[in-house]
Amino acid sequence: MFKLWASIVKDVRVLLRDKVGISLMFVMPIILVVVVTSIQNSTFQLVNKNKLPVLICNSDTGQASVQLIKSINKIGMFKVLMAPGDNDETLMADAMHGKDAMLGIIIPSNFSVRVDAKSKNIAGKALTSFGLQGDSTKKVADVDPLTVYYNPILQESLRLSVQGGIRSALQLVESRETLRSLYFSINEKQLPENLENEMLNNNTAINEIPVSKDGTRATPNATQHNVPAWTIFAMFFVIMSLGGSVVREKVSGSFIRLKTLPTNYLVGILSKQITYLAVTMLQAAVIFSMGIWLFPYIGLPALNLPSDLLALVIVTVICGWCAVSYSICIGVFAQTQEQANGFGAVSIVILAAIGGLMVPSFAMQGFAKSAANFSPMHWCLQAYYSLFLEGGRLKDVVNNIIPLFIITVVLQLITFWGLKRKNLI
Amino acid sequence: MAVSTPLAIDIERMGFQYPGNADVSFHDLNLKVAKGARFGLFGPNGAGKTTLISLMTGLLSADEGHIKLLGQEIGKQNNQINKLFGFVPQDFSFYQELSPVENLEFFGAWAGLSRQAIKKRTNELLNILGLDEVRDKQVQKFSGGMKRRVNLAIGVIHDPQILFLDEPTVGVDVQTGHAIINYLLELNKGGTTLVYTSHQLNEAEDLCQQIALIDDGKIIAQDSLDQMLKDHKKESLEQLFLNLTGKDYRN
Repeated sequence: MFKLWASIVKDVRVLLRDKVGISLMFVMPIILVVVVTSIQNSTFQLVNKNKLPVLICNSDTGQASVQLIKSINKIGMFKVLMAPGDNDETLMADAMHGKDAMLGIIIPSNFSVRVDAKSKNIAGKALTSFGLQGDSTKKVADVDPLTVYYNPILQESLRLSVQGGIRSALQLVESRETLRSLYFSINEKQLPENLENEMLNNNTAINEIPVSKDGTRATPNATQHNVPAWTIFAMFFVIMSLGGSVVREKVSGSFIRLKTLPTNYLVGILSKQITYLAVTMLQAAVIFSMGIWLFPYIGLPALNLPSDLLALVIVTVICGWCAVSYSICIGVFAQTQEQANGFGAVSIVILAAIGGLMVPSFAMQGFAKSAANFSPMHWCLQAYYSLFLEGGRLKDVVNNIIPLFIITVVLQLITFWGLKRKNLI
Repeated sequence: MAVSTPLAIDIERMGFQYPGNADVSFHDLNLKVAKGARFGLFGPNGAGKTTLISLMTGLLSADEGHIKLLGQEIGKQNNQINKLFGFVPQDFSFYQELSPVENLEFFGAWAGLSRQAIKKRTNELLNILGLDEVRDKQVQKFSGGMKRRVNLAIGVIHDPQILFLDEPTVGVDVQTGHAIINYLLELNKGGTTLVYTSHQLNEAEDLCQQIALIDDGKIIAQDSLDQMLKDHKKESLEQLFLNLTGKDYRN
């Protein structure tokens, strides 16, 4: 036991004097968590709280375009800014830059006329199908498309939701006009406004409720998503110090001396596991503490810890142990420190990508979805999401812990085999 | 040649070859070193000195024959055998980020010493080797000579009965070299068997009583230094060395 203790003390001392290693393990992940959470929080705010600035250039003088602008305003996700009616593509781009608008819409000059003609035609067809006299034979031109310009930084998902919003506004305008034409054709008088509103605006409300396993109704935010994900990344980033440390010891003269001493090198490996497992626990504690106490001071949502703290500790320990096992495994097989650091860094980014840290694994398809199962980060992330976002308890994350544990044991066995094969133990 | 018993090192019919590399190989090699001897192993570059020391310290395993240290066969119960000897490799074999005290604490523990024994030996060794003033400073800031002394201190922390030294004074100034040799002579007086290899033959003349010349994996001569100089009618170890191993470059 004294040999193990002496080894742990040695590893801690070596680690504390490795300023670059400490920076890589603590400072960089902290910066990453803050930056990524801030960026995603801005997007989150943009989509959920702030209105997306949209510049509308109305070249039409009729009522349909006015109704369309009112409908776009009513959607609630846009802040409408008006541009002069004669803007072309170049002027629109300049105006968008000038007013910081993310979107620009040009309503064509014949919009109202075409909408009116189209609605009358549809109303005529409807009357004919009812067995009444209607003019459905006249061929009418399609309504010219609306041109929507957008800032390239807008993500596709956001653009699709913008398109959906505009489409529903258009639908409303066209439906209104069709309804009015139909009513006028039958009753030869204007559709009463209250009836029109009742018919068009009586939308059934949609209630959104986050489903959690513990019955709480907390709305997930950028912090709840990002802090667990980048904590996992930070834990696996110990490879930058630990992988190099194993290689350094292996290729330096100290290893030769260690081999001539009456102690098995497995004691050294165990010492590194304990030391760096403590480091990963410290990383998690620091990042979670930042999420809880620092984030609110810098305008980010505070992190809410899961209600089952024991489950959080267990998941964090196994996740840290897996990260340490992976780092030691790479260190044992790498010939040089450059190999360990280079392969380590790249492999972690790949494992993070296929593990769902960068793109959610539910959005992956085919091979990528299957490959996610081989990334330990995937299982760590699923376990954390279950605890942080779904209010899960220990029993809910067992299915994530078991594969993570199996991957860890496999890494340990590969390490042992590597040490034996290289005659290191 | 008669070697007085008991033996510190007994190598019999030992065979070894690096897998896939026949450049250095031993066949049927025999070597005996008496307990308490100051034994020097010399040879040109690539002759097999470091390989032979690696075999004697268990870093490599012999393919044939056996190697015994103080009667115990290498490869069996290595934990017991490893307590018997110390090793001072040519490379600096310690943690440069740590101080001499911290290095000795760690290597002392791995050598099987207790906390108290480590503390006692550390104080003794740092004092003897002139490292007391820098005991808590990081070794990476030391000069080459100081690092050599740290390297030596770690090798003898557990007071081994046999000490293997692979070029222990390479790259040091005259004063440090002199101090190290004097310390090794003191150790030998206390009963420690020294197995020494170096290219510094003048220094070797001061230290070694028994020598073996090795070339191309074979021991080409082995006896007391005085006897070998007399037999070959040479005045120095360097002349003897060149006479037996030739003057061609060795790669």
